Amino acid sequence: MQIRNANKAGEKIELQMTPMIDIVFQLLVFFIMTFKIVSMEGDFNIRMPAAAPQAAPPEQMEFPPMKLYLSADAEGTLTGIQLNESQPTSFQALNQEIQKLVGTDSGPGARESAEIEIGFDYDLRYEFVIGAVTAVSGTKTTTGDVVKLIEKIRFNTPEVPTAE
Amino acid sequence: MKLVKKHDSGILEGDLTPMIDMTFQLIAFFMVLINFTQSESNDKVQLPDSELAKPPETVLENYRIIHLGEDGTAVMGTREENYKGLRTALDLQYRQIQYSNEEPADTTIVIRAHKNAKGGMVQELIQICQEAGFESFALRAEENVNNGFKYISPVPGG
Repeated sequence: MQIRNANKAGEKIELQMTPMIDIVFQLLVFFIMTFKIVSMEGDFNIRMPAAAPQAAPPEQMEFPPMKLYLSADAEGTLTGIQLNESQPTSFQALNQEIQKLVGTDSGPGARESAEIEIGFDYDLRYEFVIGAVTAVSGTKTTTGDVVKLIEKIRFNTPEVPTAE
Repeated sequence: MKLVKKHDSGILEGDLTPMIDMTFQLIAFFMVLINFTQSESNDKVQLPDSELAKPPETVLENYRIIHLGEDGTAVMGTREENYKGLRTALDLQYRQIQYSNEEPADTTIVIRAHKNAKGGMVQELIQICQEAGFESFALRAEENVNNGFKYISPVPGG
């Protein structure tokens, strides 16, 4: 069988670079145009069945039931925080209060039973609600580790403002 | 002075190798960083930030996302309407989940609400979802790059 060798010895093959560079630049432009720097997102998980959950008998509860209420003015700005009987003046103070109540050294098993009900004025801006959820659900240590505080969070029934 | 003039008729070829190297590296960089989860976002929603909002370690398997705008407009899938009218869409989702042999109670409703939306609207939205049979919720927030609580003192002088 005769094998035909099209390339003659010594002939230089020149690759066509232009189409490849065209495509490569188009790809580059596509990625640059679609590139968007976004912050990472995370979730706060809450489990709220429609039927009100049965509260555990007091003797089985390691921590007393906690109630948090956030007040707001007409513009939705936070004006006050009430945790049970105390009134922390900031989310940081609220976080410290929760740490005192639940404790950071009682182990994750003990803290699992802690439960909090969060209520707030209808007009309160959602960012403050998330601020409160952040303050009660955990704290960040100086090393950047997150210590979980209260994992069972639920919202109270909304109080829809009546039209005047 | 004698000027030396080259009479080389050959084609001058620039060395393209460094440029192609660089371009491929740039493409690789953008390909690695491209974020396909952008499809979960919505232009109407600017999330509140939280220092504890970290991307979950395990990916949610069954979930539905509801975007809630500042004005109460809710977006779920392709539907866009006021959040109070979402009940029909949620009932439909509930039936679809049941039809696919999944447990609706285990389906997480991810709420992406605008940071300036009224908290009461979020409460009502959760209540509507509860009435439709859902009980697991995830409030989505943006990771706060600056450590510490953003809002320091709600009470004047506090």
